[in-house]
Amino acid sequence: MAYALQQLINGITLGMIYGLIAVGYTMVYGIIGMINFAHGDVFMVGSFLSLIAILGLASLGITSVPLALVLTLLFAAAIAALYGWTVERVAYRPLRGSFRLAPLISAIGMSITLQNFVQVSQGARVKPIEAIIPGGIQLMDRGGFAVQLSWMQIAIVVITLTILAVFTWLVTKTPLGRTMRACEQDLKMASLLGIDTDLTISLTFVIGAALAAVAGFMFLLYYGVIDFYIGFIAGIKAFTAAVLGGIGSLPGAVLGGLLIGLIEVFWSAYFSVEYKDVAAFAILIVALIFLPTGILGKAEVEKV
Amino acid sequence: MTALLSLSGVTAFYGAIQALRGIDLTVEQGEIVTLIGANGAGKSTLMMTICGNPRARSGQILHQGQDITQWPTYEIMRRGIAQAPEGRRIFGRMTVRENLLMGAEVAGRTDIDVLLQQVFALFPRLQERLSQRGGTLSGGEQQMLAIGRALMSRPTLLLLDEPSLGLAPLVVRQIFGAIRELNRTTGLTVLLVEQNAYQALRLANRGYVLVNGSITMAGTGADLLARPEIRAAYLEGGGHA
Repeated sequence: MAYALQQLINGITLGMIYGLIAVGYTMVYGIIGMINFAHGDVFMVGSFLSLIAILGLASLGITSVPLALVLTLLFAAAIAALYGWTVERVAYRPLRGSFRLAPLISAIGMSITLQNFVQVSQGARVKPIEAIIPGGIQLMDRGGFAVQLSWMQIAIVVITLTILAVFTWLVTKTPLGRTMRACEQDLKMASLLGIDTDLTISLTFVIGAALAAVAGFMFLLYYGVIDFYIGFIAGIKAFTAAVLGGIGSLPGAVLGGLLIGLIEVFWSAYFSVEYKDVAAFAILIVALIFLPTGILGKAEVEKV
Repeated sequence: MTALLSLSGVTAFYGAIQALRGIDLTVEQGEIVTLIGANGAGKSTLMMTICGNPRARSGQILHQGQDITQWPTYEIMRRGIAQAPEGRRIFGRMTVRENLLMGAEVAGRTDIDVLLQQVFALFPRLQERLSQRGGTLSGGEQQMLAIGRALMSRPTLLLLDEPSLGLAPLVVRQIFGAIRELNRTTGLTVLLVEQNAYQALRLANRGYVLVNGSITMAGTGADLLARPEIRAAYLEGGGHA
């Protein structure tokens, strides 16, 4: 019981990170119908940017932890957003209107480029960081097993939920969000209403990349170790989450992220850690076969 | 005086297929002009080419004397041109209200409520359906919404692509009535594409006949209605030119 509760806490935390990345996949898919395979690597770049910012701020002598973390978050999100914008501009926009596979191949190329860029510029070795938010609370102690809820886990859940709340408000209530939804439903019609669709697409990449950077920031603080390759696995899992939740659906991305996080953690806890990735990807296969529109995916009915 | 819209020698392609073969057409301020023709004649392509998608490969499109041939679509639409396109293209997962607000997006207008009231006066049905999703409306209501959405930008030129398609005769009359009303009371200029040639020619001041991407006839509505070849091809059960 206590053990399962601990796994539940861990799974939710991990699921939040996947969910934040998955939102980026699902947004881009919604608006231009492509899977941005470089998105996981933007997440990785975000965590490296966070590391650089934390070390930089420390060397500048900023010792206030909350201040340092907020500055780090802003820095990582802003620069990662720039990466997202550039990736779209360089690798996808010139291929718009080309055959469907072209941007997909270009996305894989972009992913490899980002990985190698970070490997060469930052080195291939893993980068550890000491715990910045240590400690936590002990929920209960049963039969020698203490259930821990760390401050970091609380922070991850709170930050994620806050960001998702703001983001949901942005998409459903503001003119910008309305424009984004219009572009998602019918790009051509949106342009006929005077919407600069290229700009809206760029903004979608910028927002998705900023969210991925937040996830990267939390990943760094939570695990304390990053390398240039983390974007690949985390990216594919977040992609799985987006598909499971229903690609194109924002709540679906978060739900899918939570499920993948929980499945992975419980699988590791009760079966085998070595095969946790297999569990996540088996879900992808099952979802694609039996539930291709995902849990919250929509099957469009067209009226004549 | 310069025409509100004038096309000269406009050609357009879909891939290797030439859809428009040197179109010359003018629309004067305050007119209702109709474009009739069979399926696949290029009517909708012409409407979209005016909006820059697909872009005219050669020829010139002038709006209020300004050459807009190479302008991006969204900038053309910000000049007071609005289109209710083929297939209506309602945002199915947005409410009726949101659909209408999207129409007013360009101008960033503050008098949204006034604009909404004008649309409701024309199509009271939309007010009843305000918070319903666009995709749940009937075909006729969707057409009203498409026109209402186009009107929300307070256009000076309205491009209407087959507003009668698939609608019951009563609804068609209602929509055509609304177009006439708008033209009469606000002086709105309308370029109307129709397969329903009889209704369209009766409504319009002038008409053009489009066959295989070329304009083969032009004249006043009454003039075209009286021509035997028009009657044979478009009015009396014919469909081919």
